[in-house]
Amino acid sequence: MKVRLLHPDRDVPVGEPLPDHAEDLAADLELDSLIEAMAGDDDHIRRVARWLLLAGAEDRAVIAHRQAVMADALAAPAAVESMYRVATEALEGRRRLFFGRFGSSPETVLMQARRLLDLLVATLRRLRRVADAHRQHLGSSGLAGLCDRLDTELDEDYLDVLEGHLEELQLEEGVLLSAKLGRGNAGRDHVLRRPPQQGRLAKMLERERGGLTFTIPERDETAARALAQLRERGLNDVANVLAQSSDHILDFFRVLRDELAFYLGGVRLHRALSQQGAPSCWPELTEVADVLATESLVDAALALRIPEVVGNDVDATGRPLVLVTGANQGGKSTFLRSVGQAQVMAQAGLPVAAARFTTTLAPRVLTHHTREEDPEMESGKLDEELRRMSAVVDAAAPGALVLCNESFSSTNEREGSEIARQVTTALLDAGVRVVYVTHLYELARGFTERDRDRVLFLRAERGEQGQRPYRLEEGEPLPTSFGADTYQQVFGADLSVDAEER
Amino acid sequence: MTFRSLLWDEASVPTSRPGEPECFGDLHLDQVVAEVARGREDYDLAPLLHQPLGDPAMIAGRQRVFSDLEDDDVAQAVSTFSERMRRMRRYQGLARRRHQAEERQRWFLDAAQVYLDAVRGLRDALAAHELGSEGLQALRDHLDALIASSSFAALARDAAAVAEALDEVRYAIAIKGRRVRVRHYEGEPDYLAEIEEAFAKFRERDAKDYRAQLPPESQMNGVEERILGLVAQLFPETFGQLATFTERHADFADPGVLTFEREAQLFLGYRKHVRALRNAGLPFCYPTVTPGARTVTIEDGFDLALARKLASQGTVPVTNSLRLGPGERVAVITGPNQGGKTTFARMVGQIHHLAALGLPVPGRRVEVGLADQVLTHFEREESLDTLRGKLEDDLTRIRGILDRATADSVLVLNELFTSTTVSDAVALGHDILERIRGLGALCLYVTFLDELAEAGPETVSLVGEVSPEDPTARTFEIVRRPADGLAYAAALAQRHRLTYDHVRERLRA
Repeated sequence: MKVRLLHPDRDVPVGEPLPDHAEDLAADLELDSLIEAMAGDDDHIRRVARWLLLAGAEDRAVIAHRQAVMADALAAPAAVESMYRVATEALEGRRRLFFGRFGSSPETVLMQARRLLDLLVATLRRLRRVADAHRQHLGSSGLAGLCDRLDTELDEDYLDVLEGHLEELQLEEGVLLSAKLGRGNAGRDHVLRRPPQQGRLAKMLERERGGLTFTIPERDETAARALAQLRERGLNDVANVLAQSSDHILDFFRVLRDELAFYLGGVRLHRALSQQGAPSCWPELTEVADVLATESLVDAALALRIPEVVGNDVDATGRPLVLVTGANQGGKSTFLRSVGQAQVMAQAGLPVAAARFTTTLAPRVLTHHTREEDPEMESGKLDEELRRMSAVVDAAAPGALVLCNESFSSTNEREGSEIARQVTTALLDAGVRVVYVTHLYELARGFTERDRDRVLFLRAERGEQGQRPYRLEEGEPLPTSFGADTYQQVFGADLSVDAEER
Repeated sequence: MTFRSLLWDEASVPTSRPGEPECFGDLHLDQVVAEVARGREDYDLAPLLHQPLGDPAMIAGRQRVFSDLEDDDVAQAVSTFSERMRRMRRYQGLARRRHQAEERQRWFLDAAQVYLDAVRGLRDALAAHELGSEGLQALRDHLDALIASSSFAALARDAAAVAEALDEVRYAIAIKGRRVRVRHYEGEPDYLAEIEEAFAKFRERDAKDYRAQLPPESQMNGVEERILGLVAQLFPETFGQLATFTERHADFADPGVLTFEREAQLFLGYRKHVRALRNAGLPFCYPTVTPGARTVTIEDGFDLALARKLASQGTVPVTNSLRLGPGERVAVITGPNQGGKTTFARMVGQIHHLAALGLPVPGRRVEVGLADQVLTHFEREESLDTLRGKLEDDLTRIRGILDRATADSVLVLNELFTSTTVSDAVALGHDILERIRGLGALCLYVTFLDELAEAGPETVSLVGEVSPEDPTARTFEIVRRPADGLAYAAALAQRHRLTYDHVRERLRA
């Protein structure tokens, strides 16, 4: 049974190790506050949503598939909620029945698996009926397709057959094994055969088959154990198949719950943002290179805290580098985050917090932000920054989107600018898009002189008190940078003139 | 030609069991024995490694057998043969010990079948190879004759017929409560397959294995024994055939084959050891062993036991060479602690013993005399009550060694007389070395006393090297040059810029 809500052709490996840069991405883009809004107190939603946001790029067909399911979920949230509830109940059944663990002897496993399957088959029946009830409100190939599959594959007749087997496996007429002779004439290849039929006629038939019999006396416990052991040779495999089948059905419910969880989270996030008056739209994802156009793009994490935030309108189409300069507290970081969040949400299949958002599909979204000082002081700060940038370069690929926030400000401006210029230029030449927030005037000026065709320059102005965030305006960097301020902030010391002149 | 032994001439098969030579602990040859014998405990290999050969022709004979076994196919054939023989013995044991008649008889048949496979498999494998050793040639001839014999043919024919009949037996067991019915199997359908089919559509990935670990099928319990008795009644003709087989072929294994099996283990066990170290990049060679030779050549030798230990940690020891010209009989080894002196001396002792066993030895090229024995004196771990007691013990042991040693013996003496004053130790050392020179025995003498290295034309001085760049890094190289106990200190001074020149220069600055 396939779920296929997140991907048209396969299961999505939720929970597999994420790329190394994923944790940086979550921290730098404040994704956890979005995830919190999706999950509330539901840990499954938290886990699934976090993984899907951080797992990285998908192709357009997959994103379109998810957008359609998401649209269904926004239009008919009850369908998603009720199926999610059935799946959750099925998964709790195993723990309720026997604390989630099978016993160790084949007889015990058989008995437990049979009882669990009784419950699961009944739950499957319920799921199918719920799906049938909601089918008419659904239009996406993902969600409507799932309901159709449940309807055809789990029809009443099939579920009746399963229940028939579970009944018969109570083995009231005993077990029948076949065997051959192995080494030392011990029986080998024991195979469980269809058990003797029930009823008097069947008993007579069995007797007529002849053979030789013996009966173990009531008090002979050693022999009784030996007989039980032989019986287990026949039951071991069938107990295993039943236990595995129960696992498989539980797997199905688990995949179903996880995939529904994402859409349930999407519905909740959408509600939360709407309540705060944040804009929302379906993003437009293109494979045309170097597209980035926004209207009223807001930082969704900020929007969840503050109502009616103001967004940015930016058109960087044809410009692989967006270079943001200007005043501290001027909304530079907010803008950077909003671009990253929108890209990540768009590629996960969610609507984004903007009135319009068009972007090139990126195989990776990577961040490089300044970090608090390494408390161990094992490596110098520049060394640490270079090491992280090297990891970013390791992870990057043509088409990737790299978001830099004050990278290489831990050294003097000339050195930092030169390193940054070389890295950035190399990234652009490799087909990587970069959004770079910096106060390194040298760096910014360098791009105005040498590479201006590839750059959109944005500038943050320090606004009036209490008015935040600030809209960014197009504009080239101004020489009166806030380098000295920032240096003082970062290092807790005054900028050395020697360092400037070196 | 009939096969007698891979290891001994007809006349020299040992009649008594030799004990472990005293040098084995000191030279770590006990570790080598343990390594060779590992997994082959049933064969009692240690005595074979304890007894050096006195006859160069026998040494050469063993070297040729080993050389045949260097071929992977030949070694594999002998390994496969050995595994089968071990299995045969296990089955024979079961054929004696089990309770139930039909079970015992079947184990006997199984043992015979494994034996047939073992013998025929070995013969076929050896037939395809050019064999250079008399030992394996004789074995091959022996196997040819054995397989051609009428008793072997009858064994093979009868075993095959009974086994085939038993293979065709199919039966069914119906268990209900405490009642068991055994009858012919009548084609009832496989129930497991039906269940699997019914639940198949949920199988999206591999599942956990919930099967219980049941006792192996070959281990019958009491109920199964009873069932077997009934199966025998259902198939009387087949089981009658089995009983006849066991009577007709009561004693099927050939004694020559059994002797070969044990002796071959020595080569296989040692070969495995050699192979592992060769793969780690260490050289082995067939030594030239000349009785009465008065020169020694060892190129790139190493301590076998140490190599084994390091190999398990993924490294190899430094190899070392030793060349002693005519008349050079005493090598005095000095140098820094932990610099590989004892390892070097141990290596020379090991090589002499292994060469006298007819085995390949560590090294690229080795030419040695035929040692009648290797005698060692290493400092004892246990502390005696007084220093005087310890010195006395040292001297008593030395005395015993000198009494037993001949001109063909190899002596490895390690840090003697540490319990007395330096001047005493020098005097005692000179005296002992003088006696050894008198005997003409080959001697490796490890000491911290430089004076002993200058004792005359028979004496060669070997020194543990120090790396000039980093005196704390040990090179483990032992080279031939005059003893200079201060080299280590001088190098340390260099590194800290405290040599005379350095100190002058620094004071000038």
